[in-house]
Amino acid sequence: MSLLGDRQQLAYIAAQAADARVNVELETEGMTLNIGPQHPATHGTLRIIARLDGEQVLWADPSCGYMHRGYEKLTEVRSYPQVTALVNRIDWLGSFANEVPFILAAEKLMGVEAPSRAQHIRTILFELSRIANVTLFLGDLGVQLGAVTPVFFAFRDREYVLNLIEGATGGRFHPNFDRIGGLKDDLPAGFIDETRIVMKKLRGFCDQIEDLLFGNEIFQSRTRGIGVIPKDVALQYGLSGANLRASGVDWDLRRDQKLPLAYDKVDFKVITHPDGDSFARCWVRLQEVRESTRIVDQLLDTLPAGPIMAKVPKIIKVPEGEAWVSTENPLGEMGYYVVSQGDMGPFRVKIRSASFNNISITPWLLKGVYVPDIITILASLYFILGDIDR
Amino acid sequence: MSSTTDTPTETPRDDVRDAEIARVCAALGSAVVDSLVKPNDDMWIRVAADAWRSTGETLKSLGYTYFGFISAIDWLPSPYGRGEDDPTAPPVERSSVIKQGYAGGDTRFQVIARLVQPFTTLGINIKVDVDDSLMAIDSWSQVFAGANWHERETHEMFGIGFNGHPDLRNMYLPTDFEGHPLRKDFPLLARMVKPWPGIVDVEPLPGDDSEEEGDAS
Repeated sequence: MSLLGDRQQLAYIAAQAADARVNVELETEGMTLNIGPQHPATHGTLRIIARLDGEQVLWADPSCGYMHRGYEKLTEVRSYPQVTALVNRIDWLGSFANEVPFILAAEKLMGVEAPSRAQHIRTILFELSRIANVTLFLGDLGVQLGAVTPVFFAFRDREYVLNLIEGATGGRFHPNFDRIGGLKDDLPAGFIDETRIVMKKLRGFCDQIEDLLFGNEIFQSRTRGIGVIPKDVALQYGLSGANLRASGVDWDLRRDQKLPLAYDKVDFKVITHPDGDSFARCWVRLQEVRESTRIVDQLLDTLPAGPIMAKVPKIIKVPEGEAWVSTENPLGEMGYYVVSQGDMGPFRVKIRSASFNNISITPWLLKGVYVPDIITILASLYFILGDIDR
Repeated sequence: MSSTTDTPTETPRDDVRDAEIARVCAALGSAVVDSLVKPNDDMWIRVAADAWRSTGETLKSLGYTYFGFISAIDWLPSPYGRGEDDPTAPPVERSSVIKQGYAGGDTRFQVIARLVQPFTTLGINIKVDVDDSLMAIDSWSQVFAGANWHERETHEMFGIGFNGHPDLRNMYLPTDFEGHPLRKDFPLLARMVKPWPGIVDVEPLPGDDSEEEGDAS
């Protein structure tokens, strides 16, 4: 009980008292419900074993590992440039964002800094992958709550962003575009104009979703007050990204951390919400897509000329040392702890993925909720299976 | 290393982190074995194994309330090489000398954790040696609730025990899986039967400048 905040403790006691009455009257019986690993209501193969008393969850235990690919082991037998192809597949909806912290960690160890044009383009692609990722989340959210329409809008509008990413990098889902010291290529002709048009469309999409989904009474009643995470609990579990900001913690690594990316050259708001419930988490993400489109617009205005590649040796050997770099990825804080021993490949890479921490709160959070709320809470926590299992 | 960016020539100083590490070391007292500050980068401390749990509690009270991760490092050089070696060539003699990283160490296994002060975003990496015969340290799961899953993962991947952890079940692997995959002496079988074809990517090709990788001249 020590983990509960006052506000939630009161709500919990009230809920328990009410439920005790109901449960006595209805003579519920316990059962163990297995959700997943392959279940239409879970995206990816997250399996949840829940012990129920009537409609209420007594305990829930997520069981991971159905997609464990052992990337931390695999990095030890790859060279540095090869690792980006692996880490692309961690959060597959925002692939480019996975490459950036690893490349930055390698650059930090080598003492290399990418030229400012490369930093700008990196940041643009980083934000584009956030938009592509979270756009799908917003559509998928509707499906999980029984609203089928938004997902079609989401898939349609995400496609515009994916086309941009494909146009610039050649890969729709797995760009593998970031290089130590810069980028593989410059932006293609027409990218800037096209991106401006798409950003405008995406803002329209956000308005549409806000109207259609967030303004919907059923959506609100199913998400408001459901799955409340107090601030101190969120910090203890290492929640990050929108999940943390929805609990009222004003912390965004894009703003609060000095990295060789172009975030210090743009003006953007960090969105927070004091409620900490499922609605807050979804709402923060929606607003962040808007902010991201604004960031991209500003970066397109200030795109500097120049080379896109620093001078790096052809065979990359990273000097001895250890480095930690984390960035504000679509799902939250994603970081790499890279240990180098002067070899062509890393000695050890610890991949700190956002979803792993974000989902580790579920045994605590699902205690006492009702069965339909399991889906709401999981959807609002927003995880990508590859990001949990790595 | 060769770098085209202008690097400042004067010795970089980082007063914020220097002051912070002094504050941390003063609060932890004799528990700190070693500490390191890389200016404008990060902080490392190494603590004694018996003070592991109290270190977590002290740092939490010092404002490091955001839990980053817990994992471990196996410092033994892999006896299997990188898998890029020619399988027909005679096996290379590999060194088994352990080379420790930042803040030093005395043992093969080290547990590493990262905590962050939210709002100042100062992070600290905490290392602790894991005694080879005990292969266990105290658990942080009562200090930081998020440590629970990270310790489970570390336990199955490295075989390091965490005293006081409520439930050290496997996180990813089947219950009857034998071995600890992230230990350096655990062979990556797929790589041993067939070497990585990607060796062609990193092979120096004389006279060929058309490779895209890293050639910006």
